[in-house]
Amino acid sequence: MAPQPKMPRSWRAETKPHKFCPGCGHGIILKFLGEAIDELEIHDKVVFGCDIGCSLLSWDFFNLDSVQTHHGRTIPVMTGIKRARPELICIAYMGDGGGYSIGAQHMVAAAARNEKITAILANNTQYAMTGGQMAPTTLPGQKTETSPYGRDPEVTGYPLQGPEMVSAITPDGAYVARSSIGNLRQLKAALKKALENQINGNGFSFVEALSSCPTNWRTNAKDTWSFIENEMSKQFKVGEIKAPGAVQGEVG
Amino acid sequence: MSEKTIQEEKRVFMTGNEVVAWAAIAAKADIMYGYPITPQNEIMHYWTRLAPKYNKTFLQTEDELSAGFTTVGGVMAGRKAFTATAGPGNTLMQEPMSMAEMMRLPTVVVIQQRGGPSTATVIYSQQEVTLTTLGGNGEGMRIVYSTANHQELYDYTIKAFNTAWKYRFPTFVLGDGYQAKMREPLTMYKPEERGVQIIEPQAFVGLAGVPGRDRPPAHHRNTYNLEEELYEKVSHDMAEFERIAPEVAEFQAENTDDAELVVVGHGVVFRAVREAVNNLREQGHKVGYFRPVTLRPLPVQQIKELSAGVSKILVVESAYGQLARLFKEVAYGGTAEITHLFRPGIGITATEVEVRVKGLLETGLRKPRLRKASVG
Ligand SMILES: Cc1ncc(C[n+]2csc(CCOP(=O)(O)OP(=O)(O)O)c2C)c(N)n1
Ligand code: SF4
Repeated sequence: MAPQPKMPRSWRAETKPHKFCPGCGHGIILKFLGEAIDELEIHDKVVFGCDIGCSLLSWDFFNLDSVQTHHGRTIPVMTGIKRARPELICIAYMGDGGGYSIGAQHMVAAAARNEKITAILANNTQYAMTGGQMAPTTLPGQKTETSPYGRDPEVTGYPLQGPEMVSAITPDGAYVARSSIGNLRQLKAALKKALENQINGNGFSFVEALSSCPTNWRTNAKDTWSFIENEMSKQFKVGEIKAPGAVQGEVG
Repeated sequence: MSEKTIQEEKRVFMTGNEVVAWAAIAAKADIMYGYPITPQNEIMHYWTRLAPKYNKTFLQTEDELSAGFTTVGGVMAGRKAFTATAGPGNTLMQEPMSMAEMMRLPTVVVIQQRGGPSTATVIYSQQEVTLTTLGGNGEGMRIVYSTANHQELYDYTIKAFNTAWKYRFPTFVLGDGYQAKMREPLTMYKPEERGVQIIEPQAFVGLAGVPGRDRPPAHHRNTYNLEEELYEKVSHDMAEFERIAPEVAEFQAENTDDAELVVVGHGVVFRAVREAVNNLREQGHKVGYFRPVTLRPLPVQQIKELSAGVSKILVVESAYGQLARLFKEVAYGGTAEITHLFRPGIGITATEVEVRVKGLLETGLRKPRLRKASVG
């Protein structure tokens, strides 16, 4: 048998292969999240929360205590846990619909309060689970089920710059970055730093990851990558946006 | 350039969600506000495709609280605004709909029920009856049509706009996942061709003239400082709701006059009920059916007569007694024994109903035996 890539230890082997579509970005983000958890050896302290949306398919993804909650409500559920048990490491995992649309008020409030949780958001420019409708992150001109003639910013605005918004409203101590499944080293470093920031008790940590949805984009492998690397990353600049002094090191 | 809506009767074969979008166009709806949730998504998908062709508009809001409140705003502006949702979205929709209830706003909401509680399944159920009829804080002054097939989705979506604008109570079309997603034939028509006059909307704000000079300003509120004031307002609206109830309430019944047992069901479950009852009649059993088409207000007089006239009633629903609770409240005082077949969140076949009815006819309805209370 050909050698298989190693699964992170925090993954739950029994639930693999996972339930995401082939080529989906969610699986990639969760792989590097798993590795970051392994390396930080926080397995026994993590509570993993996922939203409704394709992220919910990760409800039994890890060998971690996990909570799957309502659409847009992952941040408050994790906030509730963290405030009751500050020693736990709480991760809120969601899509752009859950974080920037229905749950935007929670994102704003948690960021402003500098809640000491880690929020990770997969930005695939649309609502995947419900069948490809427009999201706050849909690119201008992009066709979706509810922008069948292409998103017109005159009517529905421009794509929301989530990390920039969170960066602007968080007090000191917050960690904010945008990553991409097109840049795995940077993605992993950002996820790890976002967790370290929580471990150090600094403040809100937020990573947006540019992610793929070949199913709803109706793209083949080549076009999927091209969309992420050429279209999405033009609109959404990848990199670290805010980091407290306490967090050392480069995000490469 | 805008295309003309349906001009002549047309036989079509389409999904329920598509039917709703076309019916809203036929009812001269102006604008849809919505947030994606299965199984109603395609109402938005079809509406957004049709909208520019008919000079209609659409806004995808950030959640259902917003979809409900923008609908409220659209209605206040004098446009025929509507929205559609399901399940947890219906839960969020209750806050704006409570406001619509207090302000007497003709909002229209299409609900395609999914499983519950909470997020549950995205497929089907009849578990949003309580929420849709009585959700929100307040007295549940709403009108709720429960449809059973695609023709009714078309008819009652059109009717919902007229009912809402005539009586000014929030009006709901209660469908479900099966109706939303399956294909079925129906006839689409221009309402006027069938003598249905489409009621024109009227603005609540932004009226002509300068307020304070040409006309009094339009003041709408849903907050009251004094208990007595609120009491008067709610009593007045409730009296009006009760006054119009017999006019609004609709039902369907057959073979109830000589029946020993009457089966009650609504929505798509009624299709199984009717088939079962027809089969049982053919086999010589004295059974009938009764179906409330409006779940709010219920056809009170007919239910009272029914529960005083037959000896047994079987309530069948894909929920754990949401219809039965409403039904029993009205039937209270009647002599009929009421029993049930509850299958929360799953479909019910005619055969299941038949088997159950036969069982009841053979054994009669046994009253539960009282156990002696044990001490200790
Ligand atoms: C209150 C409520 N409204 C709507 C939905 C339906 N819903 C389920 S997933 C989803 C969109 C998810 O999109 P996103 O958050 O971007 O995640 P993705 O699926 O793209 O990963 C919606 C609208 C719901 N479950 N609850
Ligand atoms: S629909 Fe898109 S986001 Fe959802 S699992 Fe499939 S590829 Fe991933």
